[in-house]
Amino acid sequence: MTNTAASPDWTTSKAGIGDRIFAALALAAGLVIVGALAAVFVFLAIKGAPGFSRAADVYGPHATDFFGYVGPLLVGTLTASVIALIIAVPLAWGIALAISHYAPKWLGTPVAYVIDLLAAVPSVVYGLWGAFYLAPKTVPAYEWLHEHFGFIPFFGETSATGRTVMTAGIVLAIMILPIITAISREVFSRTPRLNEEAAYALGATKWEMIRMSVFPYARSGMVSAVMLGLGRALGETMAVTMVLSVGFDLSWNLLGSSSPTSIAANIALKYKERSADLLAVLIATGLVLFLMTFVVNFVARWIVGRSERKMAR
Amino acid sequence: MARSIDVSDVNIYYGDFLAVQGVNMTIRARAVTAFIGPSGCGKSTFLRSLNRMHELIPGARVEGKIVVDGQDLYDANIDPVAVRRQIGMVFQRPNPFPTMSIYDNVLAGNKLNAKRMKKSEADAIVEKSLRGANLWNEVKDRLNKPGMGLSGGQQQRLCIARAIAVEPQVLLMDEPCSALDPISTSAIEDLIHELKSDYTIVIVTHNMQQAARVSDETGFFNLKATGEPGHLVEFNPTTKMFASPDNPATEAYISGRFG
Repeated sequence: MTNTAASPDWTTSKAGIGDRIFAALALAAGLVIVGALAAVFVFLAIKGAPGFSRAADVYGPHATDFFGYVGPLLVGTLTASVIALIIAVPLAWGIALAISHYAPKWLGTPVAYVIDLLAAVPSVVYGLWGAFYLAPKTVPAYEWLHEHFGFIPFFGETSATGRTVMTAGIVLAIMILPIITAISREVFSRTPRLNEEAAYALGATKWEMIRMSVFPYARSGMVSAVMLGLGRALGETMAVTMVLSVGFDLSWNLLGSSSPTSIAANIALKYKERSADLLAVLIATGLVLFLMTFVVNFVARWIVGRSERKMAR
Repeated sequence: MARSIDVSDVNIYYGDFLAVQGVNMTIRARAVTAFIGPSGCGKSTFLRSLNRMHELIPGARVEGKIVVDGQDLYDANIDPVAVRRQIGMVFQRPNPFPTMSIYDNVLAGNKLNAKRMKKSEADAIVEKSLRGANLWNEVKDRLNKPGMGLSGGQQQRLCIARAIAVEPQVLLMDEPCSALDPISTSAIEDLIHELKSDYTIVIVTHNMQQAARVSDETGFFNLKATGEPGHLVEFNPTTKMFASPDNPATEAYISGRFG
């Protein structure tokens, strides 16, 4: 051996440059989203702050202060979203399971595409369909509900037009179905084969296997899917604006003609009036919606995280 | 409760592809039968056809007869779910249910069979099964901890405990030690020796020393040629198989002169 060959340089690494660029890009992307979120919050807080304490007539005709104004809207937002979730979540999980575990491939793949296409329909189309096609068709069903289940406060006097918070909830359910289905299908189909076989080998039926192996594995993803769907339902503007006839009555009745509208729909309706005072109030309601979405997300994450931490001890 | 298995003229397919052809053998009760052979020769596929796990793959099917306790497992009126409750299986990589505690993992199969169990009854099954799997002393103080927190070897013994908790007639093991270190492997092999007094055990292994150590009878699978289906070359008592096999191909494989 001679010493002519230079010994390798152990200290520098050219490959490190690409790594550093990528790490910086990833970090920047992460910071941009956090920054955007913070900017939205700051905008809402600054522009909306005056809206919390305007003269009583600005909040009229149904309320005299901010909380009287935003309260019914908050209830309207939550009611429509909860109805949407109650309808969409079981349906979406069912469709996702059917595609990932029950349907043969030649059927599951096209069905998955069709569901994804639902997400591409603009919300104004859902609004038109809901208001002019679906709403009138729901009236007999609502009357039937009121007649037979009228003792439940949810099914009170029915609206003649069918443009109720229930109808809005149904339209929202169809709108949030694709996102919940798509994400759930993805996590269901990623259940490790090993976990599925563990259940099958013990003599589990398909449904027992799904409960023992697929659901526990997919739980966190299923919650994420619902949260994304809920986020869309809470913030949905056009469809709710078009479907719901506006009222400010707070009642348990989901079938009435004067349920409060949602925060987002209310902003869309009132935005064109454009008095500076009202604008501040509307932005303040937007802040309330923003904070509520945040809280809902955190609570859901915490619930999921808690059960996972419990198992990780 | 241990039963023998009579296999006659079994062909196993993946779709149109014939993977294993013309297997005939009798697997003795209360004995350990090992399958050896090169990768891709169909020994795992054959093992999985013994408890109807093979057909879970889309397009997969089995022809021929596999008779346990006078009942052909592939009879039209047989429910594959019932077959799998009688014929337990342990896999290559340990697969405890990740969200379940050690206790619940052991009882997973029993809960499928009988929905309600008295607490005392459940406790007894858990202790008996974990003792049976030589795991009781290591985990008795942390039964409510997750099964995933155990070491690989302990997880595999937990999977064995889970399989024997339902008191199956047959226990199938698909390379149960291939992901384990020598100490854990030795623990599992000791366990196989103990379990054979109660169960019919069939084990697939790539480790010929393991086959020689644990089994009473050995089947050697091989491919006729690349692309051809796998088949059973020789099936004999293990002592004969490793001392003076009937078939020159078996001798070549066992002595390492394979090719």
